[in-house]
Amino acid sequence: MGTLEREAVVVTGARRGRFSFLVDREEWLGPLMIGPAVLYIVLVVGFPFFLALFYSVSSVTAGSRTLEFVGLKNFIGVVGTTKFQTSLKNTFIFAFVSQAVVIVLATVLALALLKDFKGKWVVRFLILLPWVAPISLGTIGWLWILDSIYSVINWTLEALGLISPETWPMWLGIPHLAMGSVITVHVWRLLPLATVILLGGLSSIPADIHDAAAVDGASFWRHLFQITMPLVRPIMLVALLFGLVFAFTDMIVIFVLTRGGPYDTTQVLASLAFFTGIQGGDLAEGAAIALFLFPLLLAAAIVFLRIARRAEVT
Amino acid sequence: MALPNALRRVRGGAVHFGIVAMFTVFAAFPFYWMLITTFKRTSDLMNRGNNPFVYNEPPTLEHLKVLFFETMYGRWLWNTALVGAVVVAITLLLAIPAGYALARLTGRWGEQLGIGIFLTYLIPPTLLFIPMSRVIADLGLQDSIWSLVLVYPSFTIPFCTWLMMGFFKAIPRDLEEAAMIDGHSRFGAFVKIVIPISMAGILTVVIFTLTLVMQEFVYALTFISAVSQMTVSVGVPTFLVHGDVYFWGSLMAGSFIASVPIAILYNFFVDRFIAGFTVGAIK
Amino acid sequence: MATVETRDIRKHFGDVRAVDGVDLSTQEGELLVLLGPSGCGKTTLLRMIAGLEKPTGGQILIGGQVVNELPPRDRKIAMVFQSYALYPHMTVFNNIAFPLKAQGVPKEAIPQKVEWAASLFGIERLVHRKPRELSGGERQRVALARALVREPAVFLFDEPLSNLDAKLRASARDELKQFQRRIGTTSIYVTHDQVEAMGLGDRIAVMQLGKVRQIGTAQDVYDEPADTFVGAFLGSPPMNLVERDDHILGFRPEQFFPREAFGHADRVVTLPFRVTRVEYLGADRLLYGILGSPFPEAKVVAKLPWTITAPVEPGERYSFAVHEKELKFFDKATGLRTGPRPI
Repeated sequence: MGTLEREAVVVTGARRGRFSFLVDREEWLGPLMIGPAVLYIVLVVGFPFFLALFYSVSSVTAGSRTLEFVGLKNFIGVVGTTKFQTSLKNTFIFAFVSQAVVIVLATVLALALLKDFKGKWVVRFLILLPWVAPISLGTIGWLWILDSIYSVINWTLEALGLISPETWPMWLGIPHLAMGSVITVHVWRLLPLATVILLGGLSSIPADIHDAAAVDGASFWRHLFQITMPLVRPIMLVALLFGLVFAFTDMIVIFVLTRGGPYDTTQVLASLAFFTGIQGGDLAEGAAIALFLFPLLLAAAIVFLRIARRAEVT
Repeated sequence: MALPNALRRVRGGAVHFGIVAMFTVFAAFPFYWMLITTFKRTSDLMNRGNNPFVYNEPPTLEHLKVLFFETMYGRWLWNTALVGAVVVAITLLLAIPAGYALARLTGRWGEQLGIGIFLTYLIPPTLLFIPMSRVIADLGLQDSIWSLVLVYPSFTIPFCTWLMMGFFKAIPRDLEEAAMIDGHSRFGAFVKIVIPISMAGILTVVIFTLTLVMQEFVYALTFISAVSQMTVSVGVPTFLVHGDVYFWGSLMAGSFIASVPIAILYNFFVDRFIAGFTVGAIK
Repeated sequence: MATVETRDIRKHFGDVRAVDGVDLSTQEGELLVLLGPSGCGKTTLLRMIAGLEKPTGGQILIGGQVVNELPPRDRKIAMVFQSYALYPHMTVFNNIAFPLKAQGVPKEAIPQKVEWAASLFGIERLVHRKPRELSGGERQRVALARALVREPAVFLFDEPLSNLDAKLRASARDELKQFQRRIGTTSIYVTHDQVEAMGLGDRIAVMQLGKVRQIGTAQDVYDEPADTFVGAFLGSPPMNLVERDDHILGFRPEQFFPREAFGHADRVVTLPFRVTRVEYLGADRLLYGILGSPFPEAKVVAKLPWTITAPVEPGERYSFAVHEKELKFFDKATGLRTGPRPI
């Protein structure tokens, strides 16, 4: 019996090749399995990122092959222009205003969707549409809705007697209205994500807590602000963070809706970088403009890490 | 104030209904508008006197005909599907093993690495498309959908790795250990047990990757100017607009067709996807 | 058949010494139970024997061969997990066939072997079901069949009964014991349940803080505990331990009776006992109280069987006694068993 076993071990041992240690040893298998993904990300994200840093301190253009180190000249040159200053200001306005609106609306909507009702599936599907549909195509829909001549909004307002044909607003042609339109489309686009994230947070609160609050006699508002909201705050922060990152870096809404116009009044850093770097061919200046987004993203990343770490500790 | 309970419940129900209805209309109206416009005659569309909510003239398939026979819309759909399929393949091939390694094999440093990988998802195309355009040109991939195949995994891999990590962590370790005792290596247990169990998770990653590919705009706009190589999300808004001439009917048709089917698919998986977004934020 | 031996086996997680130098050796065909409270290192020890955990130091031998460097699949072991770890996407048949396929058993031989294993546990009619369609008891049998089918040299059990409800557990324990007797394969069984351990184990290794405190038959560890930990861990209620001078006096509640219950010729030690609380449990009465002088004021428990009917009231003082040979002495500093001391 003993010798038989010994043989069996030898046989199974021989079945495997020279590299069997790779699939058995976790210290080899782990890096081997994660390596390709990390390599891909380093090559396709890391490398261009450093290239962006490098471009921003050089004089590269789309046509030229020569790279000359110019120090901070691009940054300094860019910062001085009114175009840049407007874009920077707009980036913040768009991101913060739309996110403020989104968080308030998403809270209301998530609370409304928490309740079970007939047709909830359909409602949820319709509410998610703006997030799932390609944003460039959704924005095209808005472009048509906000059209200067055939806007359905204007037609409705006129039919209701609120405006006359002579005063039809040019939604995308007047600076303030254009900003309002862009913000509305941002809100429309980011509301679904924030809502479902919040909904996830709300429904993960144990029913016991709500029952306890009800037994304790808390009113609707007290319940909302002293029980529910504090409990979903971390998850709300996550929703806010993603929303801010998307809003800060997005150029699609602007590109499709206004192309930064009228007169650059809706230009943001992302779209300005595109128009300068790609359409204008000035890679160096475009890279410099885009890099101004980096500190914002870094801040978002740090907040995210803090949330992740806190969740780990508790 | 002192309303009878029944009345208060009715009022509460009405408020609830009102809120839900308002948001639903806000979210869905543009798509409804696309659908209506798709079948409207141009002469109907371009008459300010007409009520835009109804068909003042009989509906038409003219815009769909233009879209499919006089533009390269079909080709764009095909390009999008092709890029989507290849990117899904690359993403699965890299993200599934990486997610597993992070969930099981790499311990403490893996956790840091996992967060690092996730954070690259926050680096937007906007920051990278300028140097990328140069790299793509140097590789000779300009005006080729293969440039998109190369670049898109850079944002699908991070998020999908993170998602897969979450799915794998939820699988009881016992199952893999049982498989290892039953005669498989760690990798064998991963292939024979973990992957079959995770099919639902893998499907989620597939859908998620497809939607990301469909949505992507900035890289596609930057790398591709040849009409025949465009994807839907770029082709429709750039090619169907000639200066200030808008083919509204075809534009809306093209937007609607490319938006809604993927959204229906996505709706089945949204809960898992949200769980990925919020991993660790709430206990 | 094979034996399992560990030599000074250690596992450290950072500063925590989960397993801290264990020397164990099973006998051919015996069922050895690793018993201890949660966190005592028993599961870690089992997982190291299985090859799922890499030891920090020491050696593991199976069938006389050092297996430290062998992956689990080459150790000729089978393991039954606490959760049973049935593959949820496979039928019972495929679950049982899985180890056979993994080991390259010829296809045509598989159905016959699966049938044989399934029939041993009376689950032949379940083979086409999925694990989620089975009851807890059925799942356990499938797990056992899957472990058995490959005819391993050693069985490892990781608390396989703890997911069953109390009623089922007793009969499952009985079946498990019979099964192990019949196939006679060396088995190591981890549990925190002393009743399970004493009922199943040919020998029991009591573990605490990564060390084996005592190893022996159920009778050995219960009647002759090697230290205060083993004494206090086994038995319900646990052994009474009374600190006195430089040593600790130990006696079991069920051997602590009213003086009148003993014969006059019995060599007993009488202890004054003030009862504070009485619990009537049907078969027994539990008396909680405090020892009186000349003993230090210590809380002790007495467990009177229903056969002793003497009335006992809370607040009263009684003369209780323990047989002299049932008194155990432990060193106060080390907790280890010592020879008898004068009372």
